[in-house]
Amino acid sequence: MLEHYLSLFMKAVFVENLALSFFLGMCTFLAVSKKVKTSIGLGIAVVVVQSITIPVNNLIYNYLLKENALEWAGLTGVDLSFLGLISYIGVIAAMVQILEMTLDRFFPALYNALGIFLPLITVNCAILGGSLFMVERDYTFPESVVFGFGSGVGWALAIMALAGIREKMKYADVPEGLRGLGITFIIVGLMALGFLAFSGIQL
Amino acid sequence: MSIKKTLFDPLFSNNPIALQILGICSALAVTTKMEAVMVMSLAVVVVTALSNFSVSIIRNHIPSSIRIIVQMTIIASLVILTDQILKAFLYDTAKSMSVYIGLIITNCIVMGRAEAYAMKNNPFMSLLDGIGNGIGYAIVLIFVGFFRELLGSGKLFGYSILPLTSEGGWYPANGMALLSPSAFFLIGFFIWGLRTWKKDQVELEN
Repeated sequence: MLEHYLSLFMKAVFVENLALSFFLGMCTFLAVSKKVKTSIGLGIAVVVVQSITIPVNNLIYNYLLKENALEWAGLTGVDLSFLGLISYIGVIAAMVQILEMTLDRFFPALYNALGIFLPLITVNCAILGGSLFMVERDYTFPESVVFGFGSGVGWALAIMALAGIREKMKYADVPEGLRGLGITFIIVGLMALGFLAFSGIQL
Repeated sequence: MSIKKTLFDPLFSNNPIALQILGICSALAVTTKMEAVMVMSLAVVVVTALSNFSVSIIRNHIPSSIRIIVQMTIIASLVILTDQILKAFLYDTAKSMSVYIGLIITNCIVMGRAEAYAMKNNPFMSLLDGIGNGIGYAIVLIFVGFFRELLGSGKLFGYSILPLTSEGGWYPANGMALLSPSAFFLIGFFIWGLRTWKKDQVELEN
């Protein structure tokens, strides 16, 4: 049983890395990876939000939206799954807001460190994508907790690695047209190539 | 700004993907097949145009403190509509694109244009801006999708162009083009080409 969760976790972190093999959260991934320090802040914020929202969305899906999910309320044959997208994004926006207020009240140091990254996370597709994958793969509640945490860690790992490489890029002489965004894409491509090596691993 | 400029600037001079860094996730994920590229581009053009239009109509009535959630609701409703239509009429293609249709909600092009343009301009111009940005996005998608499908499986829109060795032809399929790294490389090269053509987009050395 433990092995199952462990392999799910490793898979979410390395093999099915949200950033490098599913291209999720790319906009922030490219825009906020200039410095290692800021990317660590954003990475932690994503891990936290991801491991809260995916399990919550899992409960919503299983007890409200799924076909025949409303049986506990005495309603049979009701299928609300078309409301999925708007509910998940609502949950994400609300969760981010609550998290922001909680941090501000109880952990001001962490709140200041995360700063503008928290609100940005609402529109980070890694978060919504994680919830949609959870629904598509039909995870149970414990699985969704592990998947949420693992996928967040994988994304954080990728952005920190990219920021580390980009900090060293300033010593490189890049062709004019490739400077900035262009070369970043090529670096991410090479990183994705490296992460492909994990796909051969059997867990 | 003139109508022509609003409509055509986002194509190359101010491309959402290559210059504004918006909407990259889905640009990379759905580009292994031209068919999916076309469906995705069309969906994004429609959603961006209509969301820009709707946001612009009510722009003077949205309190600025809750504008993000209002925009989000409009966009999410439009995406749900698109998703349902695709599921009804193009079920197989929609299925193969898995979660990426839903992810148009968080596609920053839609949100970014609503926030940056539609909140300040009249509905007609916002509609044009949405269409223009959608097409600018589509151009990059088509470029990437063309090379990935042609090199990866020797086909375009599912029709054989380069006969594969596995089917008795001469072209050995390049499986790499179907995997994620090739998409990053292709967009990198697209940006390189674009910036060599339009020098003013080159980033300053820091």
